[in-house]
Amino acid sequence: MSAQALADRLRSFLPREAVLFEAEDLRPYECDGLSAYRQLPGVVVLPQTEEQIVKILQLCYATRTPLVARGAGTGLSGGALPHAQGVLMSLAKLNRIIAIDPLARTARVQPGVRNLAISEAAAPHGLYYAPDPSSQIACSIGGNVAENSGGVHCLKYGLTVHNILKLRVLTIGGECLEIGGDSLDSAGYDLLALMTGSEGMLGIVTEITVKLIPKPEKAQLVMAAFDDVLKAGNAVANVIAAGIIPAGMEMMDKITIHAVEEFLYAGYDLSAAAILLCESDGSAEEVADEIERIHAIMQQSGATGLRTSRDETERLKLWAGRKAAFPAAGRVSPDYYCMDGTIPRKRLAEILHGIDQLSQQYGLRCMNVFHAGDGNLHPLILYDANQPGELEKAEEFGGKILEMCIHAGGTITGEHGVGMEKINQMCIQFKTGELQLFHAVKAAFDPLGLLNPGKAVPTLHRCAELGAMHVHHGELKFADLPRF
Amino acid sequence: MQAIIEQYQDTIRTAADNKSPLQIRGGGTKHFYGNAPAVQPGAFLDTTAYHGIVDYEPTELVMTARAGTRLADVEALLAQHGQMLAFEPPHFGAAATLGGCVAAGLSGPRRATAGAVRDFVLGLRLLDGTGKDLRFGGQVMKNVAGYDVSRLMAGALGTLGVILEVSLKVLPKPAAETTLQFSMNEVAAIEQMNQWAGKPLPVSATCHAGGELFVRLSGAESTVRAARVKLGGEEMADGEAFWQSLREQTHGFFQSGQPLWRLSVRSTTAPLALPGKQLLEWNGGLRWLLDGDNLDVETIRKLAKDAGGHATLFRNNIARQAVFHPLEPAMMAIHRSLKQQFDPAGIFNRGRLYPDL
Repeated sequence: MSAQALADRLRSFLPREAVLFEAEDLRPYECDGLSAYRQLPGVVVLPQTEEQIVKILQLCYATRTPLVARGAGTGLSGGALPHAQGVLMSLAKLNRIIAIDPLARTARVQPGVRNLAISEAAAPHGLYYAPDPSSQIACSIGGNVAENSGGVHCLKYGLTVHNILKLRVLTIGGECLEIGGDSLDSAGYDLLALMTGSEGMLGIVTEITVKLIPKPEKAQLVMAAFDDVLKAGNAVANVIAAGIIPAGMEMMDKITIHAVEEFLYAGYDLSAAAILLCESDGSAEEVADEIERIHAIMQQSGATGLRTSRDETERLKLWAGRKAAFPAAGRVSPDYYCMDGTIPRKRLAEILHGIDQLSQQYGLRCMNVFHAGDGNLHPLILYDANQPGELEKAEEFGGKILEMCIHAGGTITGEHGVGMEKINQMCIQFKTGELQLFHAVKAAFDPLGLLNPGKAVPTLHRCAELGAMHVHHGELKFADLPRF
Repeated sequence: MQAIIEQYQDTIRTAADNKSPLQIRGGGTKHFYGNAPAVQPGAFLDTTAYHGIVDYEPTELVMTARAGTRLADVEALLAQHGQMLAFEPPHFGAAATLGGCVAAGLSGPRRATAGAVRDFVLGLRLLDGTGKDLRFGGQVMKNVAGYDVSRLMAGALGTLGVILEVSLKVLPKPAAETTLQFSMNEVAAIEQMNQWAGKPLPVSATCHAGGELFVRLSGAESTVRAARVKLGGEEMADGEAFWQSLREQTHGFFQSGQPLWRLSVRSTTAPLALPGKQLLEWNGGLRWLLDGDNLDVETIRKLAKDAGGHATLFRNNIARQAVFHPLEPAMMAIHRSLKQQFDPAGIFNRGRLYPDL
């Protein structure tokens, strides 16, 4: 169906301004936070109610039109990249906080509500929503569910999947599923877990019930500098071995320290090979106790410099540097490409060494920031898109990093999702059987494959093509795949 | 160990070819749980032969073990390193296995604060209904590559596949613990538990039974001491044994032999207007009900549903039918189609969860 015809059909039940199909109106929707991938959609729709979404889904189903859902568009893996012949459905207008139940500690919200807005609304009750992705001022809770977003506090407080109770989901056929409940568990299969992180491939979330937790009484931070990355890695292990689960545990490498220190004076030690930021939160007694122990462990682990925040101002200043890592990368380089692998923490030193070697090989600098507590590594590859071939080099470099993560027993994505970006690496992380089962799960919800087609799970055909290009040590991958 | 897997695969393929059901069985300690097997119960597939710890790195907070490993062995090993399974799974017998623990999806007293089994599953290896050996998730805390098939297995009662190995997140044991006791009626206790849950207090478990509220505090010595002063109440002499008796259902409440209902509801739900003794856990989110009066099943289910949850006829259900809360048609359709994808011949634990799964 032509975009014009589709728009006409959509306008038969949607307000005129809720259906966009002129090129200049579509432009803002051509990409998400991963701007290297761009595609104009056929039509953009901006529904305001669940009834409108049901009708949009029914129309897409009846006309076999692909549909891509979009939240705030802050995603970093191209998960909301439009389909050229499809409908891009923005859920941004469903932005109501429906109810907060302070005693039951839950909030019922629409998918377009911003992550931080939930915590702001819960604050008068002394409660907040724990997952805090770095984009939390802008990203939407619906997008968080689609990506199973994390943040800097997830070792202690969990990911999105640990912090939601219930979803209202519409299938591509327009049927409504109530998944989960106001209770802590529900009957049947754990579809709540299956939906979380499913990247808009299984259904459209129209309402989310999230858990709220009490705001800690106090938070305090220890900053430790190390002359060796390995020592910093060991310090993290020593903290955990002492039975401490820090609220946050972040590591920055030398190049990052320099980039952020030049950007805003956070007071980081420029001679350090790595800096650890280790935060404790909880009751005043708990924090005092933990901070003292963390300080001692850092010292025993060979920290060359130590600083403990004396007040909120100092704590926030020390965090500011870490939070400025991405903007700092943007300052020292025209472009940067953010990776998202997770590794067993004990393999950190060897992975960083590997990244360093790749950096030399490709002639591109790489900054490393690391959610050290949970092993989630964000290498930021610095490149210049105006130099011919640099983007391709950066992508290849990034792909190599992800492959290293897989070989170290980790994963290609800790919190950003596969989307369009890491679809090829999925062929390396999973074998044919697992990929087939992923497609089968998709088919159980969306047999026609209309929701966000081509994302998250590669076709076996794509993997076979890729395998033909990269035969590793003479091993033919997907040997059991029929070839014609 | 590979030979055992191959043997399982043979068993599965033969059963699938003949469309003859298989009952997956570990230690058999949770055999009472769920519907009676289908008309033709089928042969047992014994998972206990595939046992042993595969990997355990205390400082990574991750433990991987084979499904047949005894839960007691897993917990003993963790305890040696000052760690634990924070969801406090019930064993219901010495023979309980890790695979059974995940398949049953049951969690104990700490669940309301620490999370459930599914929250700690990081990855697993399973055999599907065609005997394919598949791995999902991994051994790292954060992993969003592919659908979360691992967590889907928690509580699926073996209807989707044979769990071979599981990787779990583990946590340090708290340095100090104490249990406080308060005389309080149910209405006041529900209000109090939820009030405290909204405050930054180290409450790790709650229970209301027989007019008494029990509250466990866990954490650093200083934290527990400070909270103990804030909360008041009487310190219980043997708190640990009390929580253990809830976890394993050896507490007197569970010994009546009457049908035992498990209602999982919104924690602030008012006391259930039903005759029969009740015991509350999880800040009021879990209500155990003894049915000595042959209560109307529909009434119980409706109460649970209206309270945002569901009701399970957990134990002492003579017929062992209709154990789980019926699903809405659209949800049931998704369940059937998932079952069809994972187990096309419909051989695994047929009928255990719902009659047509």
